[in-house]
Amino acid sequence: MLDDFFTRALIAGIGVALVAGPLGCFVVWRRMAYFGDTLAHAALLGVALAFLLDVNTTLAVAAASVVLSMLLLALRQRGNLPSDALLGLLSHSALAIGLVCMAFMTWVNFDLQGILFGDILSVTRLDIAIIYGGGAIVLAGLIWIWRSLFAATVSSDLAGAEGLRPDFAELVFMLLTAIVIAIALKVVGALLITALLIIPAAAVRRLSASPEQMAVFASLAGIVAVVAGLYSSLYYDTPSGPSIVVAAMLLFALSLFPVRRLIKKLTAENRGGI
Amino acid sequence: MSEAADNLVQLTRAGIQKSGSWLVRGVDLTVSPGEIVTLIGPNGSGKSTTAKMALGIHKPTEGSAVRRNGLSVGYVPQNLSIDWTLPLNVKRFMRLTNPLSDAECMAALERTGAARLVGEEMRTLSGGELQRVMLARAIARSPDLLVLDEPVQGVDYAGEIAIYGLISEIRNTVGCGILMISHDLHVVMAAADQVVCLNGHVCCRGTPSDVSRDENYQQLFGTRAGGALAVYEHHHDHVHLPDGRVRHSDGTVCDHCPGEHDHMHEAHGISGGQPSDETAPHKRVAGGVADA
Repeated sequence: MLDDFFTRALIAGIGVALVAGPLGCFVVWRRMAYFGDTLAHAALLGVALAFLLDVNTTLAVAAASVVLSMLLLALRQRGNLPSDALLGLLSHSALAIGLVCMAFMTWVNFDLQGILFGDILSVTRLDIAIIYGGGAIVLAGLIWIWRSLFAATVSSDLAGAEGLRPDFAELVFMLLTAIVIAIALKVVGALLITALLIIPAAAVRRLSASPEQMAVFASLAGIVAVVAGLYSSLYYDTPSGPSIVVAAMLLFALSLFPVRRLIKKLTAENRGGI
Repeated sequence: MSEAADNLVQLTRAGIQKSGSWLVRGVDLTVSPGEIVTLIGPNGSGKSTTAKMALGIHKPTEGSAVRRNGLSVGYVPQNLSIDWTLPLNVKRFMRLTNPLSDAECMAALERTGAARLVGEEMRTLSGGELQRVMLARAIARSPDLLVLDEPVQGVDYAGEIAIYGLISEIRNTVGCGILMISHDLHVVMAAADQVVCLNGHVCCRGTPSDVSRDENYQQLFGTRAGGALAVYEHHHDHVHLPDGRVRHSDGTVCDHCPGEHDHMHEAHGISGGQPSDETAPHKRVAGGVADA
């Protein structure tokens, strides 16, 4: 079954969507979309480093993202530049440095298209193992810090006052985000990772009654987007990463329709008819 | 140190400095079990900062903040804004920092008169409803120490009295110590055991009746606090400059406020060495002049 490239792509995509859902909810709740983007841009630098040092790409990307997020924390605590300016600075610097590094390494033929927009149809069994292994670590970590992180999302002061560890939870959350970006790079690419984090979460917001429900729904919406995107890319011969994001966006658009009111109206008409 | 062991929380000469200026400095404060301590003071006087030092959210830059080992805290922050993206109803909010059974949830909500809100979304609550829900969440933890930052914000007058009544009742039944920040002087005065008046430092302190008779307090709050007392024209005797220094009403500037102001303001002018043509900093209109 794993011999078929399309099946491998489906399995890899579903694995990433499962993890991106709950994590993406926190990215949305905490208003960290641009932070996700910044880390994703560091992925380019990670890829260059992986070739330079001859190490595993996913590991190198995760490491680059972790270093960048720690740098961000340190700079933010010094507090000279406002947060958004800092993010913009780091984000585009990381992207530019990555591109420059790649240009220097003339002996490597980089697939820039694949790095920026994903290359899900080329995932190997090892990639799948890394996605599911890394994904399991991220989900376990997220469950571990869930209470602290969620309380800190509602009010950091409140969480701190009542004996939780908001700063620690936020630090762990940044590390988990770095891992997700590393494993999602192959699926949707550096420029579209944030979309996979944010859009499924946003799409299920109106359907969710609790934060935990929203996390699970976001995973499911992500899976639907991956499956629909991959099949449509096969059918229409479109690039897979962007197709997945377009599918997610359509799910979001669908969620804007007042589905509940429509159902209510229809049932009321039916009753009237009888 | 047997006395210290009884205290839920103890601040000793505690102060916080942020980018070069002191938010608050030289605060001594203790809360013991069953005691209601109220912090009052004008905006920017360091009330919330002091409470956050007591809670351990901010570490004091100087002095110390010691909490009893294993102290369980219930905190009602000054404001809480729930974003639209966050699906959070009252029931889930009650369990924000620790697990609770449905019965515990409902019991706490009933005590604060918010039981009917249990299924509501947090962001649709009115100001008063939000305060009641936050208070319920804090007491549901059966805390040793309850910290309330402006617990009657956005609550109408009748609701305000009900909430203060509730706070004294919680103290009596739960037996926890309460550290409260408030603007509402009349009701504070009725409920508190100890009042600490802040203005970048401890301005004056004591029982409510001590404080309301204190000159410094009367200068800070003037006619509003007067009630049956004499009416005082409000004159700040000093201004905290952005760089952390203090300018007195006679124009002299010194590095910081002396800790507690034991009625020594006139002395500043003399030590500043400048002859002052102005009248004494405390301009007083005595007698029962009608409220303006």
